[in-house]
Amino acid sequence: MIATAFEYETPSSVDEAVARLSELGDRGRVLAGGHSLIPLMKLRLAQPEVLVDIGRLGELRAVREDGDRLAIGALVTHAQLAADATVDRHCRVLAETAAVIGDPQVRNRGTIGGALAHADPAADYPATVLALEAEVVAQGPGGRRTIPVAEFFSGLFSTALAPDELLVELRVPRLGPGSGGAYLKRPNKASHYAVVGVAAVARLAGGRIERLRVGVTGAGAQPVRATAVEQALEGESPSAAAIARAAESAAAGIDCLSDVHGSAEYRAAMTRVYARRAIQAAIGRAGSPSL
Amino acid sequence: MAVMRMVGARVKRVEDPRLITGQSTYVDDIRMVDMLYGVVVRSPIAHGWIRGIDAARARAAPGVVAVYTAQDLHFDGPLPNAWTLAGVHTSRHDPLCKDKVRMVGDPVAFVVAESRYAARDAADLVDVDYEDLPAVVDVERALQPGAATIWDNAPNNEAFRTEVGDKAATDAAFQRAARTVSLRLVNQRLIPNPMETRGVVARWERGPQQLTVWSSSQIPHLLRTNLAAMLDLPEHRVRVIVPEVGGGFGCKLNIYAEEALTARAATLLHRPVKWIEDRRESFAATTHGRGQVDYVELALDAESKIVGLRTRIVADLGAYAQINTEAIPTLSNLVLSGCYDIPALHSELIAVYTTLPPTDAYRGAGRPEGVHLVERIVDVAAREAGIDPAEFRRRNFIPKDRFPYTSQAGVDYDSGDYEAALDRALEMADYPALRAEQRRVNAGGERLMGIGISSYIELSGFNPSGSGGGIGWESSTVRFEPSGKVTVLTGVSPHGQGQETTFAQIVSDELGVPFEDIVVVHGDTATVQYGMGTYGSRGTAVGGAALMRATDRVRAKAKRIAAHLLEASPEDVVYDGGRLHVGGLPDRAVTIQEVAKTAYLQVDRLPQEIEPGLEATAAFDPTNFTWPFGTHIAVVEIERETGDVELKRMVAVDDCGRIISPLLVAGQVHGGLTQGIGQALFEGAQFDENGQPLTGTLMDYALPLASGLPRFELDHTETPTPVNPLGAKGVGEAGTIGATPAVCNAVVDALAHLGVRDVEMPITAERVWRILQEAERVAVSPGASGARPGVEGGTGR
Amino acid sequence: MNRSVTVTVNGARHQREVEPRLLLVHFLRDTLGLTGTHVGCDTSQCGACTVAVDGEIAKSCTMFAVQADGASVTTVEGLASDERLHPIQTGFWEEHGLQCGFCTPGMIMAVWGLLKANPNPDEGQIRAGLDGNICRCTGYEHIVNAVQHAARNHEAADYGVEGDTSAGVIREAEARGLESGEVAVRRAGAGER
Repeated sequence: MIATAFEYETPSSVDEAVARLSELGDRGRVLAGGHSLIPLMKLRLAQPEVLVDIGRLGELRAVREDGDRLAIGALVTHAQLAADATVDRHCRVLAETAAVIGDPQVRNRGTIGGALAHADPAADYPATVLALEAEVVAQGPGGRRTIPVAEFFSGLFSTALAPDELLVELRVPRLGPGSGGAYLKRPNKASHYAVVGVAAVARLAGGRIERLRVGVTGAGAQPVRATAVEQALEGESPSAAAIARAAESAAAGIDCLSDVHGSAEYRAAMTRVYARRAIQAAIGRAGSPSL
Repeated sequence: MAVMRMVGARVKRVEDPRLITGQSTYVDDIRMVDMLYGVVVRSPIAHGWIRGIDAARARAAPGVVAVYTAQDLHFDGPLPNAWTLAGVHTSRHDPLCKDKVRMVGDPVAFVVAESRYAARDAADLVDVDYEDLPAVVDVERALQPGAATIWDNAPNNEAFRTEVGDKAATDAAFQRAARTVSLRLVNQRLIPNPMETRGVVARWERGPQQLTVWSSSQIPHLLRTNLAAMLDLPEHRVRVIVPEVGGGFGCKLNIYAEEALTARAATLLHRPVKWIEDRRESFAATTHGRGQVDYVELALDAESKIVGLRTRIVADLGAYAQINTEAIPTLSNLVLSGCYDIPALHSELIAVYTTLPPTDAYRGAGRPEGVHLVERIVDVAAREAGIDPAEFRRRNFIPKDRFPYTSQAGVDYDSGDYEAALDRALEMADYPALRAEQRRVNAGGERLMGIGISSYIELSGFNPSGSGGGIGWESSTVRFEPSGKVTVLTGVSPHGQGQETTFAQIVSDELGVPFEDIVVVHGDTATVQYGMGTYGSRGTAVGGAALMRATDRVRAKAKRIAAHLLEASPEDVVYDGGRLHVGGLPDRAVTIQEVAKTAYLQVDRLPQEIEPGLEATAAFDPTNFTWPFGTHIAVVEIERETGDVELKRMVAVDDCGRIISPLLVAGQVHGGLTQGIGQALFEGAQFDENGQPLTGTLMDYALPLASGLPRFELDHTETPTPVNPLGAKGVGEAGTIGATPAVCNAVVDALAHLGVRDVEMPITAERVWRILQEAERVAVSPGASGARPGVEGGTGR
Repeated sequence: MNRSVTVTVNGARHQREVEPRLLLVHFLRDTLGLTGTHVGCDTSQCGACTVAVDGEIAKSCTMFAVQADGASVTTVEGLASDERLHPIQTGFWEEHGLQCGFCTPGMIMAVWGLLKANPNPDEGQIRAGLDGNICRCTGYEHIVNAVQHAARNHEAADYGVEGDTSAGVIREAEARGLESGEVAVRRAGAGER
């Protein structure tokens, strides 16, 4: 399988990359690790005229602590994220998500920025970044803007990024004491993408669930928060029964996909099962001894 | 000189050093000056008329040398079909479609360009005007009125219908039966997926008028004969070289359109041409495996002895008859008695065209389907009779003193001791303890455990030439070089099976030559005498037998030469390891190396009646198939909530007759088990109602991975076959045949208390989950009775 | 428009003009003639094309050669020295870890990445570590045995990215006069990891 021909550019800075994207409009496409884009190009499902390779922009490759947030450069690979001590200490659920993407080779090349911008409905990160209420930093010709992840994913393979905007950074909260998260997925046995993946991030206070965020990927055309589950459990004292009850509405409002890897009905059912398991794990990690 | 006994020893393969260092040559590794690259333009629709092809844009594209359509290329005949059964309705299978396409991926044009990238680009520029016809996807609906007709001379899409057994006797047995059970089984289509896709390089040399074709094939000589005929070239001007082959599993046991197209292009363009299949093409244009819907019934007497078996096999041939397409389901018919003494059986086979890729040989080739339906129905019968499945099998086995045994399917089993293999497998699995553990696990509520047994037979060692096709024999040449080194030329064409090693082991023992001094050559029609290739677990059982014959002849000649050198009569010469001495006088000896040197370089020492040289060529045509057998036991656990099936254990006791190389036999069994497990749990080609593939790449078609498999537990019983002088029965396909029903029986065992009798393959989590959901729904709805009484916990007791 | 790329493969530096869409695996196989690395699935599942890029295993069918400009690549051909097989290769030979051999170079490179990161993995880690590689012949068990064999017999030095890697990259950066800044940026970025 061979991609169609394209022009290839290697801007030497983010500014230059954004300027080029702005000039190119529809003709340009960003290449980061390439592990979402290149397979599509080889199948000729994507035929960009110009690839703007940001893979050499070292400025996007760092993980930084920035106040109460971690700033993760768009070019941080899944493997790098999975092994990063800072991420492990402050936002382990993100490292754990990175560690179950694809396979070892894919994790070495694929980047978090590329994965988020590609917005594959079966990608793993979206569930976790939704549950973390992370923010995406995008740079366009007019400068940088911060997009809450809740507003970032806008449909199948589509995001709030403008064609001339580059996703440069993901900002996630540092999960302090009393908080915990978990991401659980059912991998598609062929591609390792998520048939269903659910992330939960919980904070406990005074023996109650003070805050709970649940993100779901794989089930529908775009990743979503399971807000009904969150609302049912926030303020409650954590119990297996309460969690199980609340998780029953995990798929509410999701128009589940049907394909060879799972019917809509099965995806919905697994969303409920994985939501329960992820919430239990997150609350357990947040420090509830009962779970 | 003492030579270690090599047969039966754990020997490292001689093939490996080149393979582990990246120094081997597969077809795509061949590079030639001036080489062109071909890409096939394929139909995007499953069924339709070709109203026009406009190749002008493609021809004008950069780097393009030629674009061929059916109008542009002449072939002296269609792609071959080896099994012209009486009454088959088929039609001409040309390398390029002329008027009509019959599957997604059907070749309509061949683009040749200076680079593979240019050829690929130009392929998109060939404009084909299609007029859609309805696709025919479902093999049973294909037979119904209203289905589109794929071939004019098969108006109902029925290619042929055939029977084995005795219908009247079988019907009578069912009438008398104390109990009958029946099942409908779907044996799904599989994609063979050798890791190396197919590929061809062809070079035409104008000077010597010689065509050389390198192809990733299992059958070099048959390819040569057929290509020569299609291209209208004298056969001796065609040379086929099969270089390193990255797996075949039956799908490279064929003559393909691309082989003819690439070769024809090379003869027309006078430049070497390479065509390499990509993985998506491998899914669409290489033959598929399996593809049957099977109806099976079993009749038991009051003592739960099998008195009759009745089957109806609806086989999906796909759109074309490739070389063995029709033969595959007919092989299912031949194994229908399984390991069992079945006094009456009858099977009707209906072979059907669909607008899907042709089915043909895939590891096991017809026998897995036949064994699967026997082992599934036997398991269901045991349960419904309230008898443990191991005991039920034991009760119905052909006793070991009944061999050779003629089954009611009309075949003669050579040798067997089925109970010994079953007993050993039960012992290894610790069957009573497993049943106890099953009760414990199932009482826990969250998980369900199942134990599945499959006792299989296989017909192997393809094939006695009289059994069909007239081409079952095999050849070997054994040649001493003057230095005493040995070159073996074999007509089999190993591609992972390791005969460069096993044949050297055999020759080392037979001729007393150090293992390192033997080289096995294969896969080049200019070097190797005619032979049939590698398929049907025949490499060692048939090719090895030919090798034994050749070594016998070489040994006899060496004795005659030694007799002269030792001034003794040939009858008095003892061939002892690498030394030939006079009987009773071990010091009056020559080495085989001295004999070899004499045979070539000191022939003045020999009398006129001994021809110079020391080599022999022999052929072997078996008098029968061989009949390997064994028992596999699978243990699974199902997670109720998700339906996930975890394969916890896989015990395999296989009897492949005499074992030449235990390490390689283990490798063959492991690989076979994994493909069998793959069919049971992971693999299945799916198409939408328009015949479009839904599992068209490895992004959607799941192959078994290391992380989804347990460590295998293997052992062997060893019942030699009388069919060949080695006593080896063949082991290439056994694992695949036994494993699939073992795993399915295990899953059904875990679910049987819910009234489940079959779960369609591949047994995905969702399929199991649906069964469990349905059971729960039935259980809570008042008045419904889900589980049948008397069957509890899947133990079958 | 073609671009110039410079890639150090198994210690040898190669500079070529390539189409941007040329896959790294085709660059290795067709441009450089290093045919030990194979194309299996085309869609990044099977791992037959696995090589190490700057010491990290990657699927070379899912990378363009231009992305490897300035990088150091190790392929199966680069593992053995004339006198000595790499312990992983020895493991595959001793334990019959291959049949047709087609997946083997990629499998060996994947194991190289696995054992480099985890020199003494348990069986579960080995099997999970092979998630990016498909073998259709062996059923994997002998491959697992081969990895265990290698893990008993290897040393850290067996995973040193060629001694010349960093030096080579620096040399290369100097040779290119840093005109694009690409190489320096890339190495600086990698250095933060």
